Amino acid sequence: MRIRARYTKVGRVRWTSHRDVARMWERGLRRGRVPVSYTAGFTPRPQLSFGLALPTGCESIAEYLDIALDEPLSPADLAREVGPMLPGGVDVVAAGVLELGTNSLQEDVSSCLWEIHVPGVDLEDLDAAIERVLVADSLPITRERKGRDVVDDLRPSVLALSSAGSDVDGALLLAELGTRPRGVRPSELAQAMGVELGLARRTCQWIERDGSRWEPLMVDPAGTAVMWERAS
Amino acid sequence: MTSLWPRIEPLLAQVTKPARYIGGELGASQPVHAPGRVAWLLLYPDTYEIGLPNQGLQILYEILNERPDAVAERAYAPWTDMEAAMRSASVPLFSLESSLSAGEFDVLAFNLSAELTYTNVLNMVDLAGVPVRGADRDASHPLVVAGGHCAFNPEPLADFVDAFVLGDGEEAVGDLTEVIGSWRATGGERHDLLRALASVPGCYVPSCYEPTYAHGRLTGVTPRVSGVPERVEKRTIADLGEWPYPKQQLVPLIEVVHDRLNVEVFRGCTRGCRFCQAGMITRPVRERPAAQVDQMVRDGLDRTGYDEVTLTSLSSADFSGIGDVVSSVINDPECSGQVSVSLPSLRVDAFTVGLAAEIQKVRRTGLTFAPEGGTWRMRQVINKLISEEDLYAAVDAAFSQGWRRVKLYFLIGLPTETDDDVLGITRLAGACAEIGRRYHHNVTVTASVGGFVPKAHTPFQWFGQNTMEELRRKVGLLKEAARGTRGLTLRWHDPEATAVEGLVSRGDRRMGAVIEHVWRQGGTFQEWSEHFDLALWRSGLEAAGLDFADGVYRHRDQHEVLAWDHVSAGLHRDFLWQDFQEALAEHGLEDCRWTPCYDCGACTGLGVEHMVASAVPPAGGSQGTGQDLATGGAVPVRFLETAGVKTGSSGTRVS
Repeated sequence: MRIRARYTKVGRVRWTSHRDVARMWERGLRRGRVPVSYTAGFTPRPQLSFGLALPTGCESIAEYLDIALDEPLSPADLAREVGPMLPGGVDVVAAGVLELGTNSLQEDVSSCLWEIHVPGVDLEDLDAAIERVLVADSLPITRERKGRDVVDDLRPSVLALSSAGSDVDGALLLAELGTRPRGVRPSELAQAMGVELGLARRTCQWIERDGSRWEPLMVDPAGTAVMWERAS
Repeated sequence: MTSLWPRIEPLLAQVTKPARYIGGELGASQPVHAPGRVAWLLLYPDTYEIGLPNQGLQILYEILNERPDAVAERAYAPWTDMEAAMRSASVPLFSLESSLSAGEFDVLAFNLSAELTYTNVLNMVDLAGVPVRGADRDASHPLVVAGGHCAFNPEPLADFVDAFVLGDGEEAVGDLTEVIGSWRATGGERHDLLRALASVPGCYVPSCYEPTYAHGRLTGVTPRVSGVPERVEKRTIADLGEWPYPKQQLVPLIEVVHDRLNVEVFRGCTRGCRFCQAGMITRPVRERPAAQVDQMVRDGLDRTGYDEVTLTSLSSADFSGIGDVVSSVINDPECSGQVSVSLPSLRVDAFTVGLAAEIQKVRRTGLTFAPEGGTWRMRQVINKLISEEDLYAAVDAAFSQGWRRVKLYFLIGLPTETDDDVLGITRLAGACAEIGRRYHHNVTVTASVGGFVPKAHTPFQWFGQNTMEELRRKVGLLKEAARGTRGLTLRWHDPEATAVEGLVSRGDRRMGAVIEHVWRQGGTFQEWSEHFDLALWRSGLEAAGLDFADGVYRHRDQHEVLAWDHVSAGLHRDFLWQDFQEALAEHGLEDCRWTPCYDCGACTGLGVEHMVASAVPPAGGSQGTGQDLATGGAVPVRFLETAGVKTGSSGTRVS
């Protein structure tokens, strides 16, 4: 059986990489004695499947991974066993059983919602920058890839963009960024908009299917994916 | 004491691997500072990834944090990008746990594991806002102390480190805590503290000693004040079983070297390899009880979630309970076939098919053997008494159990070495590859070749190191020979870095000016090839009026004063010299753990003994004698005339 878990990555632990988080999970599951399936062969590996990589330095309250199990275990029990074994800032907030044949997170997730703090701007300036993006036909950025400069157009991936108020040292930007052909990073959006990047937090991942949107833990509306909410 | 975190975090977005600076490891303590507690900052003068796994530092970290009168935090050398960011934002070196400024601690305690990190020691002291030279510090500054293997020649760092601790630190850190605590309570001057420390056993306070020179050579390092020992003896814990540390091995959030559970199965080694400083300065052998090893492995795996455990020591296959421990972990249903065991520093004579079969049950980690010398003659000189048959049997065992890659460690530039000895390396490695091809189509044998650096307190401490040109020539010979050898990969260390390591490791107090020069010119992270800079060391030597060749390449005279003569690892200088002569005569010397005592001085002088559970070498194999000691071990090796081992004249029993 496979269980999908939703977890957070907030606080200091945001400075670790996607790979680091994968290893935290591997060790946490072993410490929690969760009966994870291992691959066969000379170097057995736990069968864990992570979704879109979260850029190092970003926070998230909507990370997902799929865990293959050798023995049946309720999502609630899995969360209870592994939760205390994960570092501070990595909290399991929901878990559910995956139906057979559910696509992988990598295949399914089509966009992410981001909450991005932009330091040093007032709300008016941010709104003006947002407007410029929304009316533009293209939003080119240059990035280095394999030692060569590549120009990418971000505009098709900017699905929604708005501001959400200001605070003492800046303003808050809300962005829905597409994941295909590749996931756009908040840092790239900031670069393209010509604004500074503060703390960026992924708040939601969306799966677009048949014109409607689902969160990865609600893949089956009939309810086989039992939501488990944290008690605390 | 205020946390610097709000000033640190904004820097993290600018640097590579920011998680090096966030702490948060499983097992990290949550320190509570209090006026009655001596605050230790334990530092490793290299990156987080290299320093975090250091077991010595972790052991002392736990022991100090268990004490009611101490608190310990950690810091590692910030990488160059982080250092630049810190300096430009005026952020000092900080502790990982509480983000406190390093300058606020009572003690900055460095682990010294490699000579090329010395410029990082200075850099970290400077980043702490503390004067780098001990003479410039006053009572308001932290005390700078250092321990670890390199402390056995303390002189190159004598101007910068207030006190060195020689040998095992488990008990010494407690003594230091008490001395520092009571000094602080009475509010004395800094020199009062230094004097008090100088009378702690195992503690060397360089400012209490004066070096003298004549004709450009060191003539002695003698007490400058009364009441301090002329020769400082190392500390030795008698029973490793009383110190089951670390109990809470740190599990980092990011990948580090040796990223697995480590359980120390014994300390010390009496194999007597003459090039090996670790084996000489950590005598005698003290085994951990097998039941405790088993418990530490189980508890450790449970606690950490690691799926690999290393049984650490200088030669783990010599551990009396090795077979039982390995198979009990591998075959434990709790580990459900997912936990692998690795043994560092495998001696080929102790690696059997049985051990290979056990280890490979879970997953085949890399397999490394260390024959060190390419010919039997060479191995007799260095006293690494393993026969070609031993090596071939071990490699055969490995390949037959499914391994396809084997790594072999060798040294070049050893005493009496001929070109034939050097070329023996590729012959031996090539033959190993051929054995592999009996089992697999594609095999790789990697011969990793390091240049030999003579170290303090070893029989080779008098030996003039090969020049970098000579080492380069020998590497050239090997490259040429390896070219035509199927399945053989050759790796070698940079002869320039080898030369500088040799310069520093046998340097006297005048080397301090050179180290300071290199640091002031920006020469940090010298053990990293992208930062190593020979020109800085040459200009430093020139400024100090010292000669490179004299320091590195010159053979020392039998009676010459050596920079470390006033500190002791328990070994008699006569024993070391005698053993050097045996080496030059190509005489091997068997292991005194199971055979006669050679009176090296370690046991008798320190009043401790080998603690070994097995009366014979546990894993079988010839143990260098050409005989199977596992069954015939009662026969003293020197009587085996046909064994092909010439034993030294010092191989007589001292009762």
